Amino acid sequence: MELDSLYQEVILDHYKHPQHKKLNPSYTAQVHHVNPSCGDEITLNVSMKDGVVESVSWDGVGCSISQASTSIASDLMIGKTLETALATVDAFSQLMSSKGNETGDENVLEDGVALAGVSKFPARIKCALLGWMAFKDAALQSGAN
Amino acid sequence: MKSMFSPAEIRKDFPIFAKTMRGGNRLVYLDSGATSQKPRSVLDAERNFYELHNAAVHRGAHLLAEEASSEYEGARAVLAGFLNAEVDEVIFTKSATESLNAIAYSFGNAPANSKFSIKPGDRIVVSELEHHANLIPWQQLAKRTGAELVWFPIDGEGRIDLSKIDELITERTKVVALTHQSNVLGTIVPIEKIVEATHAVGALFVLDACQSAPHFKIDVKKLGVDFLAFSGHKALGPTGIGILWGRLDLLNHMEPFLTGGSMIESVTMTDATWAKAPKRFEAGVPNMAQAVGLAAAIKYLDALGMDNVAKHEKDLTGYALNQFANLDGVNVIGPKNNIDRGSVISFEITGIHPHDVGQVLDQYGIAVRTGHHCAWPLMRKLGLVGTTRASFYVYNDESDVDSLISAIDEAKKYFKV
Repeated sequence: MELDSLYQEVILDHYKHPQHKKLNPSYTAQVHHVNPSCGDEITLNVSMKDGVVESVSWDGVGCSISQASTSIASDLMIGKTLETALATVDAFSQLMSSKGNETGDENVLEDGVALAGVSKFPARIKCALLGWMAFKDAALQSGAN
Repeated sequence: MKSMFSPAEIRKDFPIFAKTMRGGNRLVYLDSGATSQKPRSVLDAERNFYELHNAAVHRGAHLLAEEASSEYEGARAVLAGFLNAEVDEVIFTKSATESLNAIAYSFGNAPANSKFSIKPGDRIVVSELEHHANLIPWQQLAKRTGAELVWFPIDGEGRIDLSKIDELITERTKVVALTHQSNVLGTIVPIEKIVEATHAVGALFVLDACQSAPHFKIDVKKLGVDFLAFSGHKALGPTGIGILWGRLDLLNHMEPFLTGGSMIESVTMTDATWAKAPKRFEAGVPNMAQAVGLAAAIKYLDALGMDNVAKHEKDLTGYALNQFANLDGVNVIGPKNNIDRGSVISFEITGIHPHDVGQVLDQYGIAVRTGHHCAWPLMRKLGLVGTTRASFYVYNDESDVDSLISAIDEAKKYFKV
């Protein structure tokens, strides 16, 4: 079924068991992002130390795609340098705009490649990007602080 | 008459139902609350206008200008008949949103001694059910003028709570603006008592009829409201055309919202005076073909008979509510009985986000709306992030409801809830 390309098992797993979904009280930047068209909301905390992402934590409400994607993104970013983390966000953004023509580099995106199918569903791309954009915003603010 | 009401026959008048949807399925269109589909007669009316009569209305000394004006004014007469209104009381706007903003801005622009003037300490009354289009114009008017925005709360079933009506509508109240039917829950608001209370304190009543005028008979004289707005595209008509209806004695004392061509009586370099309604509120060359298209839509509805339309939708809603009552893990949000409610059913499936529900339904050719339905404060009040909403119209029948119910089962299986 066409639906299976959207809802990979990995995504449903992250949806049911989201990673880092508990706000860490200590952070270097906190952001709140919303998706005004569907009402999804996310608060995301980032801690950076010596140019490295020390922790990412979040809380929020949203569909399976946005929740799973945020879970995948936060797990992926921890331990990366700011530069590598931002490059990873860019790689994911590029995958989302690929209209189903790219599968994504598993070495870079890890579980994130499970979201490749989302790029075929234009209405869901913003769901998948919510957590990544929130992370990018928070990481840049942390870097600037 | 009811036996003659055949959605299967009606669907043949709507070209879009020939389309094949995802998974090779037929279109099950359950999103008429967002916008309705259009019968061929509406598409033909728009095309005919452009092919045979196109010219700027109320300008020009040529045959086409004459014909265009006659078509456009003929459309106004059709709408007036539909609402049991005077012809000059019907104003064409681009949307119901524009209509509601026009009223709100007219209040904000009124001189101090006018019935419309709003000052600090005055009150504007809305409800928790409102669509953003009948909330934000009033909320912002209150902010601009220093007036106080107050609202009717809703009860657990999504019905307006009238118990505090005397505290809400007081001598300070200048305007009461309410939806006729909730776009999210289907609740029909019993406006009679509220209109009475509004007029008793000398205030004006504005009715958002977007979810009612397409679905049951509206008679502005019987309703006794002062202003009413609805959109053409939810009533089988084209996009880009909305209706603002107001009592003539009020319209001719109201400040216009948009100024420019057509809406003037006289102009100098430093001043201008306004034409009478409806021109006073129709600045610029209007959406002529869309007005003519909307008139064709109204003729289509009139031929079906609005009472038959209402009966059909009520029966179908009753059928759907019974089906929903048998589903485990599915909650209808809003009135669960079929009393004073329209053909809109919002629901949630435990454990599946509305966006994901909509995605699975789409796989079966079923079009529904998901999310907060432009009624975010209502969602917050209900403690929900959103709902999935099925809304019915003349072309829907029990087979559509059956498709929906079986796809909901599939969604539950898919997400293992």
